[in-house]
Amino acid sequence: MNNFDRMLSSEDVMRRRATLLQRLHIDGPLLVLLLILAAGSLFVLYSASGKSWDLLAKQATSFGIGLVSMIVIAQFEPRFMARWVPLGYVIGVVLLLVVDIMGHNAMGATRWINIPGVIRFQPSEFMKILMPATIAWYLSKRTLPPQLKHVGISLLLIGVPFALIVRQPDLGTSLLILAGGAFVLFMGGLRWRWILSVLAAAIPVSVAMWFFIMHDYQKQRILTFLDPESDPLGTGWNIIQSKAAIGSGGVFGKGWLLGTQSHLDFLPESHTDFIIAVLGEEFGLVGICALLLIYLLLIGRGLVITAQAQTLFGKLLAGALTMTFFVYVFVNIGMVSGLLPVVGVPLPFISYGGTSLVTLLSAFGVLMSIHTHRKWIAQV
Amino acid sequence: MSQPIRIKDHEKDARLVRGRVVFGAIAVVALICVLIARLYYLQVIQYEYHSTLSENNRVHVQPIPPTRGLIFDRNGVVVADNRPSFSLSMTRERSGDWQQVLDVIVEVLQLTPEDRVIFEKRMRQGRRPFEPVPILFELSEEQIARIAVNQFRLPGVEVVAQLVRHYPQGAHFAHSVGYMGRINEKELKTLDPVNYSGTHHIGKTGIERFYEAELHGQVGYEEVETNARGRVLRVLKRTDPVPGKDIVLSLDIKLQEAAEAALGGRRGAVVALDPKTGEVLAMVSQPSFDPNLFVTGISFKAYAELRDSIDRPLFNRVLRGLYPPGSTIKPAVAIAGLDAGVVTASSRVFDPGYYMLPNYDHKYRNWNRTGDGFVDLDTAIMRSNDTYFYDLAHKLGIDRLSAYMNKFGIGQKVSLDMFEESPGLMPSREWKRATRRQAWFPGETLILGIGQGYMQSTPLQLAQATALVANKGVWNRPHLAKSLEGVKPVDENPMPDIILRDPSDWTKVNHGMQQVMHGARGTARKAAIGAQYRIAGKSGTAQVVAIKQGEKYDRSKVQERHRDHALFVGFAPADDPKIVVSVMVENGESGSGVAAPVVRQVMDAWLLDQDGRLKAEYASPISAEATARDE
Repeated sequence: MNNFDRMLSSEDVMRRRATLLQRLHIDGPLLVLLLILAAGSLFVLYSASGKSWDLLAKQATSFGIGLVSMIVIAQFEPRFMARWVPLGYVIGVVLLLVVDIMGHNAMGATRWINIPGVIRFQPSEFMKILMPATIAWYLSKRTLPPQLKHVGISLLLIGVPFALIVRQPDLGTSLLILAGGAFVLFMGGLRWRWILSVLAAAIPVSVAMWFFIMHDYQKQRILTFLDPESDPLGTGWNIIQSKAAIGSGGVFGKGWLLGTQSHLDFLPESHTDFIIAVLGEEFGLVGICALLLIYLLLIGRGLVITAQAQTLFGKLLAGALTMTFFVYVFVNIGMVSGLLPVVGVPLPFISYGGTSLVTLLSAFGVLMSIHTHRKWIAQV
Repeated sequence: MSQPIRIKDHEKDARLVRGRVVFGAIAVVALICVLIARLYYLQVIQYEYHSTLSENNRVHVQPIPPTRGLIFDRNGVVVADNRPSFSLSMTRERSGDWQQVLDVIVEVLQLTPEDRVIFEKRMRQGRRPFEPVPILFELSEEQIARIAVNQFRLPGVEVVAQLVRHYPQGAHFAHSVGYMGRINEKELKTLDPVNYSGTHHIGKTGIERFYEAELHGQVGYEEVETNARGRVLRVLKRTDPVPGKDIVLSLDIKLQEAAEAALGGRRGAVVALDPKTGEVLAMVSQPSFDPNLFVTGISFKAYAELRDSIDRPLFNRVLRGLYPPGSTIKPAVAIAGLDAGVVTASSRVFDPGYYMLPNYDHKYRNWNRTGDGFVDLDTAIMRSNDTYFYDLAHKLGIDRLSAYMNKFGIGQKVSLDMFEESPGLMPSREWKRATRRQAWFPGETLILGIGQGYMQSTPLQLAQATALVANKGVWNRPHLAKSLEGVKPVDENPMPDIILRDPSDWTKVNHGMQQVMHGARGTARKAAIGAQYRIAGKSGTAQVVAIKQGEKYDRSKVQERHRDHALFVGFAPADDPKIVVSVMVENGESGSGVAAPVVRQVMDAWLLDQDGRLKAEYASPISAEATARDE
C-alpha cells in the first residue's frame, strides 16, 4: 500500500516537471534543428527560384503542413503504430499496384493516385516511412540477430514495393525505400558475413539489372555519370553545370543572390534536386559545411534516440529512419557534385517540393514519438 | 537439435542495436568527410578552373550539326546537295527584352507584322538555354548589310551561315526524293533531342524522309568559352560530327526527263523499273512542284495554291493514286487461271459479245459488242477479251483469285523504301464481310477478272505485278536507293517468289502480251510499229469516280475530268526483260491509244542509243524475234 503511494507520487512529480514541449511529445533539439533548416531552406530557395515569392509561400505552407503532421504523429504511442503498421503496409502495396495498372493503361509513367478534387498523392511517399516500420514490426517479434528465414521474409516484404516503384519508373524513391528496409535489418544485427556476401553478390546482380531491367534513360544516366562529358548536350549537361556552379563558389561563395550559373538558367532544376549547387555557389564551402553540420546534428540526435529507445520496435525504426535520412543527404550531394549517378533524390528540407517535406517531417514525428513516449517508471 | 529454445533477451538486443548505432555513426561521419573532401576538391583545388569558366561567362556546349548526306542519280548527277545560306538567329538570353529586339528587326528589314508573328512563334520553340534560334532564312546581301549597320541595336542577334538543302533538279524528283522542311513541334517530340540539337530541318517526304536517319548523321559538339556578348573566345574541346551517308538512287535523270516528255504535260504517272533487281529507273507524277520551296518555309499563299490546285501537283500519283487496274491485270489473272488449272493454253471460250452466269439473266458485256467468236488464252490477252476472263474468274472463284492477286502485290505495300505508299485493295470475302457486312456475290468475281469492281492499285503496284510476269515470279521489291554509301539496301521483309506448278505458263502469258504489241489484231499494235525490239504489253482503262456535287469547274473541264484514265503496262525486250514500264494518264480514255505510246517512248529512251539502234547490251537473239513475228 505504502509502496503504491510512493509510485503514484513519483509519477506525479514527473508530470509536474514535464515542460510544455514534453507534454506535446516534442523533442526540443530536433525541433530547433528543423526550424533552422526551414529558415535556411527559404533563403536558398528564394535565390534558386529567381526571387519567386509564390514558390516561397508554397514551400512555407508545406512546412506548416509538415510540422502539423509531425506533431500529430508524435502523439501516437509507438505501440499503437506497431499495431497498425501491417495494415498500412498492405494498403500501401495495393495503392502501388493501382498506380502500376493505371500507369500502364495511360501508356506512360504514373506515380500519382489522383482523384480529382479529392486527393492527389504518391503512394510511394507513404512507403518511405511504412517500409522501415513494417520490417521493424516484423523483426521486433523475432530473436536477434535475425535468422535466415526471417531475413528472407523481410527481403520479400521490401522487394514487393521496391519492384513496383522501380517499374513506375522512379529509381530514386525505390532506392530510398530499399535503404529504409535494409537499415532495419542492419540495426537488428544482421550478421556481417551475410552483409558482405550480399555485397559480393551485388556485382552479378547489377550486371543482370543492366541488361534486363533498367530503362534506357536509367542506363543513360549511369553512363553519363561514369563519363558526363560523353553526353554534354543531354544528361551530362546537368552535372557539368552543377560542378561548375559549386566549384566557382570557392570557400566563401559569391554571396546570396549573386550566383551566376543558377541565375542565368545554366543550371537546370536549380530549385529542386540540384539546389545544393545554388547553395554551394552562393555560400561556398563554408555554407555547405554549415548545412552538413546541421544534418550531422540531426542524425546524431536520431542515433541517440535509437540508443535510448525502450522497445525493440522503437530502436529498429528510429535507427532505420535516421540512417535513411542520411542516405538522402549523401545521395543528393553526391550526385550534384558528380560523385554518384543522377537519381532523382531531393535534398532533405532544402529542395522545393511539398510531398517530400511532409514525408520527412512525418518521419521526424515518428522519432519524437519513440523518444517521448518512454515509460518514466521503468527508468526509476 | 543444436538450437536451444530462444528467449527474448532484451539486454542482449539493446547491446546489439547499440553496437550497430555506433557503427552507423562512424559510417555517417566518414561519408560526410568524403562529401566534404569532394567539395574541397571542387571549391578549393579546382576553384580557379571553375571560377574562370563561370566568371568569364561561361562555358557553352554548342552542337555542330552533321552535314546531310548528298543524293545522286544512278549516273552520279547531283539530285540533292547542301548550299550555304545565311540566316538570322537570335539568342533569347542575350537579347534582353527580346520582344522589343524583334520589333527592331522587323523595322530594320522592313518586314510585315505577319513575319513578326512567325518570328515570335519560332522563338518560342527554342529548346535549351542560350541556344540561338534561327528566325529568318535565305538572307539577301542587302538584308545582311542592314543587320550589320544596326548591330548595336540588336543584342543577341547574329547572321549565321549554315548549310541548307538544295534540289538542283527542281521538280523532276519532287515525288521520289521528296523534300525537307523545318522541324515542327510534333516532330520535335519524337526526335532524339541530342542528335537533332543543331539541326533545324528534317526530311518530310520521299527518300529524304525514309532515309532520314542515314542522311542525317551524328551530331558533334564543341565546348566553347564565350564572353558576355556570346562571342566565342576559344574552343575548349571539340568532337566532330559524323556526316550523313550519301545515297545513290537507281533513278536515271535522262530516263526521268524522257518519261516526263512522253507524258507531254498531261496529268499522269510513269514508273519504270528493272525487273531483275527492282531498281526504279524513273518515277514520274505529273504535274509536279519545286521542292526547293519547302526547304526554308513556303509562304502560306504559295502553299495554298499548290494544295488547292485542281491538278493536285502535291499528290503522288505513283504511290498514292488508286485506280482500278482494268485490263492491265489480265496477265496476272491469266497466270492464276493457268496455275489453278481452270484454263489451259489451248482451252477455248465462245464469245458472243457478252457473258452470262448460269441462272442469272444479267449480261456481262465484252468491250467488243459483236464478240470475238472462239477465244483461246493467247487471243484473249491479245484482244483483251472480257468474256474469256469473266469465264476464267468465275471458274477460279473469289478466294483463289484474291490469293493469287495478293501474291502479285495487289492489296499490299510493294516498295522497299518509299514513304507513304498506299497498299491499294484486293477484295476478298472476309474483306467484304468486315467492311460492308455483306456476302460475296458471284458477279463481283467476274468484274474482278477484268480489273474492275472494288480492286484498287497504284501505278507502282501495276509495274510490280508486270515485273513479276516479266521476271517469272521472282520478287524484287521496287526501291529508289541503289546504294547507301556503297551498301545496297536490304529487304528485311521479302515477299515469297511466285512458284507455278508449270513454269512454262509464264512464257504463255508473255507470248500473249507480245501479241498485244506485235500481233495482227493486237490492241496496241500501233504503239509497236517500227520497234527495234520485242515488247510485251497490256492496256487498260480505269473508270473515274464522278466529281463531287457542288464543285464548280469549267463545263469543258468537268467533261474532260469525267473521262476514263488510260493505263498501260509493258516490258521489253520481251524475251529478256530489261525494263518494265507502267503508265497512267489521267482522263486519257484509251490505254492502247494514249498510254501505250508513252510506254514505248520510255522504252526507246532506255533501250536505244543516240542513233536509234538497240544498245548492244540489250540485244536479244534474233531467232526468237523472227519466229514470233510469223504468228
